[in-house]
Amino acid sequence: MAKAEATLVAEHTLDVEVAVSHPVIQCDGLSKSYGEESALRDVTLTLEDGEVLALVGPSGSGKTTLLRLVAGFESPDAGSVALHGRTIAGAGEWVPPEERHLGMVFQDYALFPHMTVLQNVAFGLKGRPKKAREHRAGDMLDMVSLSGMGSRYPYELSGGEQQRVALARSLAAEPRALLLDEPFSNLDPQLRAGLRSEVRSILRSSGVSAIYVTHDQEEALFMGDRVAVLNSGTLEQVGSPEEMFHHPRSRFVAGFLGTADFLPARSVGGCLETEIGLLEMPENLHEGALVDVVIRPDDVAMGRDRNGLGVVSGRVFRGTHYLYTVSLPSGIEVRSLQHHTAHYEDGEVVEVRLEPDQSLTCFPVDETVDTGLTARTIPTR
Amino acid sequence: MVGAARSLAGGILALAGTGGRPGRPALVLWAVALAAAAAVVLPIVYLAVRTVDGGEAAWDIIFRSRTAGILLRSVLLMVCVTAGSIALALPLAWLTVRTDLPLRRMWSVLTVLPLVIPSYIGGFLVVVVLGPRGMLQQLLDGPFGVNRLPEIYGLAGATLTLTLLSYPYVLITVRAALWRLDPGLEESSRGLGLGNWATFRRVTLPLLRPSIAAGAVLVALYTLSDFGAVSLLRYETFTWAIYTQYESAFDRTIAAALSLVLVVLAVGILLSESASRVRSPYHRIGVGAARPPGLVRLGGWRWPAAGLCTTVILFSMVMPLSVLVYWVVKGASAGESLGFQWSAAWNSLHVSGIAAVAAVGAALPIAVLAVRYPGRITALLERVTYLGFALPGIAVALALVFFAIRYATPVYQTLGLLVFAYVVLFLSPAIGSARASLLQVGPRVEEAARSLGRGPLQVLAEVTLPLMRPGLLAGAALVFLLTMKELPATLILGPIGFKTLATVIWSAASESFFARAAASALALVVLSAVPLAFLVLREGSLEAPRVGRKRQASVPAPGD
Repeated sequence: MAKAEATLVAEHTLDVEVAVSHPVIQCDGLSKSYGEESALRDVTLTLEDGEVLALVGPSGSGKTTLLRLVAGFESPDAGSVALHGRTIAGAGEWVPPEERHLGMVFQDYALFPHMTVLQNVAFGLKGRPKKAREHRAGDMLDMVSLSGMGSRYPYELSGGEQQRVALARSLAAEPRALLLDEPFSNLDPQLRAGLRSEVRSILRSSGVSAIYVTHDQEEALFMGDRVAVLNSGTLEQVGSPEEMFHHPRSRFVAGFLGTADFLPARSVGGCLETEIGLLEMPENLHEGALVDVVIRPDDVAMGRDRNGLGVVSGRVFRGTHYLYTVSLPSGIEVRSLQHHTAHYEDGEVVEVRLEPDQSLTCFPVDETVDTGLTARTIPTR
Repeated sequence: MVGAARSLAGGILALAGTGGRPGRPALVLWAVALAAAAAVVLPIVYLAVRTVDGGEAAWDIIFRSRTAGILLRSVLLMVCVTAGSIALALPLAWLTVRTDLPLRRMWSVLTVLPLVIPSYIGGFLVVVVLGPRGMLQQLLDGPFGVNRLPEIYGLAGATLTLTLLSYPYVLITVRAALWRLDPGLEESSRGLGLGNWATFRRVTLPLLRPSIAAGAVLVALYTLSDFGAVSLLRYETFTWAIYTQYESAFDRTIAAALSLVLVVLAVGILLSESASRVRSPYHRIGVGAARPPGLVRLGGWRWPAAGLCTTVILFSMVMPLSVLVYWVVKGASAGESLGFQWSAAWNSLHVSGIAAVAAVGAALPIAVLAVRYPGRITALLERVTYLGFALPGIAVALALVFFAIRYATPVYQTLGLLVFAYVVLFLSPAIGSARASLLQVGPRVEEAARSLGRGPLQVLAEVTLPLMRPGLLAGAALVFLLTMKELPATLILGPIGFKTLATVIWSAASESFFARAAASALALVVLSAVPLAFLVLREGSLEAPRVGRKRQASVPAPGD
């Protein structure tokens, strides 16, 4: 009896607090270890209303652990999770997964093999008349373009279809947020690309807030309104895809998102001097400081010149473009993206120079020398 | 009224389901699992207590030379039967799984069938056919004047009987391993230039070794706990010595002490096997559906191979059944009373049914805890219940008799105590089936149901149990079969006047009422064939697995 009252009060306060616009999900200082192994360390992260947050990192970086803590399949060692401002895990609170109303989409689909597609989708629609449930489930199947498949069993569907059923099943229950755990990693690449855009538009049109876990940086940049990068259990950076790509705040983020080379540079006379060109001086850098500049293949220009500095040491054909690797006299290698008409042979001597079309980022080599932010933005000329 | 009942039920459910937090299973699961584990430990502990109570006399019994003789005979029989079973089962397994043997499907069903024949029927048949003045001697007496056959009582007869009845244990485990074998491994070996025979020796056989060992342990434990065959063939191993002591001696310390030695031996065998077992992953690693392995063409060898299968079936199935039918017909036509009692058949079915339901019910929580909440305590729980597997029926029965007489007189001589003994004895195979089927149910499916608003016990009822159903049914069929055949515990613990087919057969056979024994034996074999057919067909139907399902073998445990 007392318990029922407590729930009532909690739900009431929840309604009030929604009005003050809390983030849908707020993770605060989350930590989790398995035995000796620390899976997640002090992660603070929010999911805002209506956004898709892509959570990306290499395997073992803790992204699935974070998702399972939010879903309620694990409990945190420290920190807390709040849903619409109400604490659901940590700080002495615990709300079991079935009372969180969070939809979960798994890597291996996790459809109920003993139920038809329609029964699967209707599973989360408790407490409604049978007709209404079936009607709603049918609508959801229409939404994921599986109309007419309701009477089939999961094993009669392809992997892509099974995952769409799983998505429909989660969305049918009108979850407060959707949690997707590498939903497409079991599918072949071509199918994945198609399904990715389809799911992206379904998420956008249904307006549901979602956390999307993936190890594929390209997928993260495509799916996320914001991207969060995890590395060995700690949160490296959160931001818009563009911000993350162009202004990485750590060497890890710079190297993880997209192709990047680290080009050594030294501050000389108000300029940054690199082997292949001069750059503007970033703020807060003393004379003679050594830094590594993050450069992308499209920042490096190449030209035919027998007296050039670089030697072509590798070439990858990418259809419309070539990705060349060029060795510099110092032994450093940089990559350059060239149109498929620009053809250079292996071992050919070429001219290389920096031609960035946006501001670059650099990291001091000895990061202990400088305090404060380690990443510096290099102004454009 | 209804409302009150409902809220009460809700309250209980809420109390039972407090395992909402991850890593904390529901309390009901713990309660049942702990009770089951305690039930298995009880006989072992009590035998030890009873032996210690016997004081120095008990230690004298354990270390006297007569005990050493019994030990030697028991081990000798065990080694002979195990070696014989492997020699018989290995070729049969390979022929029925991996070759183009004619009528392969039929052989794979028939070669497992000897499992239905309890050892006391086997022993009885050996005596009837090969014993002095037996059917064979009488057949040879007329034309050839043979009036003496080689002695059948003792080691030779016991080995012959038990080997023909227990080789299917090795056959089943090895065949399951052969099915699971990734054909890619053998193909790689062939691709690396090894021939058929070299591939078998260097790739297949090492991969089969764990399953051969598992099957061999089953046979060894079966032999060690066998009472029916050794008692009818008068070969004094532990079980027979214990029974005669229990029946005749006033001081039951000897029976308790001998039982303890037997239990220590059996548990030792079980533990040494599980300690040597290599930890192997349950799931086949890799993507794509498992391919059925390619068949080896036997060519001209097809007919000798079929001949081998025919011989084995002839001796282990056809002959026994014909002899039983012969005696029933002979007895009936001579106007002899067949003494068939419907009540005994009903008792067998009835008590086996209860035991099957009880064992599966006790096994389920242990399987759920062991698979879904792995940890030190759950692992210990599972291992403890696994011990029940090694306990000979006679030792468990004696321990329960001692215990009931001293501490729980009201349950002594009740059906409840008998069912309790069956659960102790057959819990482990029930857990095995439940565990295997639960491993097929991915935890993600349960999590999906949780995130769609179902509590832990609702998930168990709506998702997990329906998906485990084939495995649970197989476990129940297995326990049913084993209970039907069980003799020593039924003999000792059955209430006065409680007869089952097993006890009727044994007492008729030991008093040489051959026609009577044959009638009940035939009934028992036919009734046991039903659950066995279910198990074998299940193994067969899994040869072409559906998506997400894997084939598995159900391995029966030592029983009678």
